[in-house]
Amino acid sequence: MAFDKMELRDVEVWDGNMAASQAMRQAQIDVVAAYPITPSTPVVENYAGFLANNFIEGEFVMVESEHAAMSGCIGAAAAGGRVATATSSQGFALMVETLYQASGMRLPIVLNVVNRALAAPLNVNGDHSDMYLGRDSGWIQFDSYCPQDVYDLNLIAFKVSEDHDVRLPAMVHQDGFMTSHTAQGVHTLDDDTAYGFVGEYKPMNDMLDFDHPVTHGVQTEEDWHFEHKARQHSDLMTKVFPKIQAAFDDFEKLTGRKYNMVETYDTDDADVAVVCMGTSVETAREVATEMRAKGIKAGVVGIRVIRPFPFEQIADALKGLKAIATLDRSNPNGTVGMLFNEIAGSMYNLDTRPMISGYVYGLGGRDLTKVHLTELYTELQANVDAGKITTPLQQFIGVRGPKLSFL
Amino acid sequence: MSEMKKIKNLKEFSTSADRFEGANLLCPGCAHSIIVREVLNATNDDMVLSASTGCLEVCTAVYPYTSWDASWIHIGFENGSTAVAGAETMHKVLKRKGRLKQPDRNPKFVSFAGDGASYDIGFQWISGCMERGHNIMHVVLDNEVYANTGGQRSSSTPIGASATTSQAGTHSYGEKRNKKDMVSIMASHHIPYSAQVAPNKWKDMVKKIQHGFSVDGPVFINAASPCTTEWKFDPKDTMHLADLATDSLVFPLYEIIDGRELNITYRPKNVVPVEEYLAAQGRFKHLFKDEYKYLIKEWQERIDENWAYLNRREEARV
Repeated sequence: MAFDKMELRDVEVWDGNMAASQAMRQAQIDVVAAYPITPSTPVVENYAGFLANNFIEGEFVMVESEHAAMSGCIGAAAAGGRVATATSSQGFALMVETLYQASGMRLPIVLNVVNRALAAPLNVNGDHSDMYLGRDSGWIQFDSYCPQDVYDLNLIAFKVSEDHDVRLPAMVHQDGFMTSHTAQGVHTLDDDTAYGFVGEYKPMNDMLDFDHPVTHGVQTEEDWHFEHKARQHSDLMTKVFPKIQAAFDDFEKLTGRKYNMVETYDTDDADVAVVCMGTSVETAREVATEMRAKGIKAGVVGIRVIRPFPFEQIADALKGLKAIATLDRSNPNGTVGMLFNEIAGSMYNLDTRPMISGYVYGLGGRDLTKVHLTELYTELQANVDAGKITTPLQQFIGVRGPKLSFL
Repeated sequence: MSEMKKIKNLKEFSTSADRFEGANLLCPGCAHSIIVREVLNATNDDMVLSASTGCLEVCTAVYPYTSWDASWIHIGFENGSTAVAGAETMHKVLKRKGRLKQPDRNPKFVSFAGDGASYDIGFQWISGCMERGHNIMHVVLDNEVYANTGGQRSSSTPIGASATTSQAGTHSYGEKRNKKDMVSIMASHHIPYSAQVAPNKWKDMVKKIQHGFSVDGPVFINAASPCTTEWKFDPKDTMHLADLATDSLVFPLYEIIDGRELNITYRPKNVVPVEEYLAAQGRFKHLFKDEYKYLIKEWQERIDENWAYLNRREEARV
């Protein structure tokens, strides 16, 4: 090999961005086409550093916009090799057109999304607005709660996305700044083991196979469009979960680190739980433990796979609870939050189901504190005690001024 | 190494193997298919092609059919150039890593796009590809209008043309702005080769395309593509219109080497008055009313001025 391996310690002190860059390096990506945007910029800066020091044999193309970044990724992926990039927020929004094109053309690409608010007003800090914007785009979406998850889920994402039964692009989400710029200990794999887990890239319908020319990105109207879209949805609903499960199982065998579609914490005997994503999961776990000391049987449910949405696993995890709260970190702009909707939808037809109340929090990087979560668990317990929801259905947490609530 | 076709006459040209099939949905008399065939026939090498959204794309890749017997990709309206740039980058990597399935081949990467997809919505993407030095060729099928969406003006639409969004009417002579000089803009990226071509001057075109394939780096080609539907002329007259375009010097044929050296490649023996070019098209019909005849005079002056400018540049070797 013409490039150098990197010697890593068993535990490296990495922030989420470096964790993503290192996983990309170890996956031996062939082409990265990228454009800088806060807070994901270091992902590609680190990558450029690897390139400058001969730790990468692939090409890094610094393009002129995020739209072009994903366009270049699509062309490169269709040519037949491993492709990844990173973005955030406005860059993600600019990419949206091409996100649908990438998934509709069934091209495996890994996109690190360092979650950040969407303007206006302009804001560089973390919330899940960009993540939510991508949720109908036909991509697989993994969610990380810390730098370790970012590293592990990147390796897993390549394996799932590139599987010939899947051939769908995948996003790995992490919270802007809270994960992306917060250094923590990350357990590493050595370069060969990590690459061995991801595996060699196996091209399919590749444009560089000149003996088998392929037409990519066709026109279909009312005669065939629906079948194409239905097929994509069907594969997301039926084929992706088994592949993710298999990848999680393989990863656990390799590292001892176990991932689940839905990450439950102390839910087995719990009365109340919050359902959330990103860094909030770890905060909620800490508060749930404290609530137990106060006599409230509290648990936490973290969503690990956002798309496809794990309806069955969610129902399994929540059906025995009495009251739950969904925490959405994106402005619903005129309705209930996405998690409220999905989770209510996954349980509505069950015989037993918890009461659900929705909370909107953390927009533009506003902290979700332990005090907020303590109050929230207390409200859920009040619902349990009263046998009905005692609060409005939708409440905003941590916003200035009089308490904001709806429905 | 590169393998360019040696084509001596039109008969040889028309009987050479097609990688772009005649089975497509383009209008009868559309110049796009002629230009595409002329580009593809310039080489025997393998090709990776893209088409940006537009007439060529919607008429040649309607599932479950394809008119392309070569690797082909369409993503969107604005990003066909970047699609082939991505593929070209992947080719470079896989070659270096020894993972090409046919390592002995020497593929050409060509992006086709209309003037709307090049002068307007895809402008930034093309500029990016040119600036980054990808080994690709971008070919504009320049019919001076958004033909696929029904004839709206683009920044390539010339003064006085009636388009659906710049209509000629009782109080309007149609388009008010002059065509963007895209070849100059692209040449200003100091790319190795940029040129203007027309389908009627096929030898000139093949020579330029072959030169474009032989250089290392990005190539920009602007191809005049008379549009029977939006220019409003009889489909059998496509080549006649192309002749009028080149011989009136409305579409002068020239090339720019490295952005610094302009050569005129075709000098009509008998220069046709611009009026004849305009008169042959329905989109300029209203200019022949008395109140707008001054525009025809201005047209001639503008074309003369541009021709003089090109000549000055050629003479000065700039």
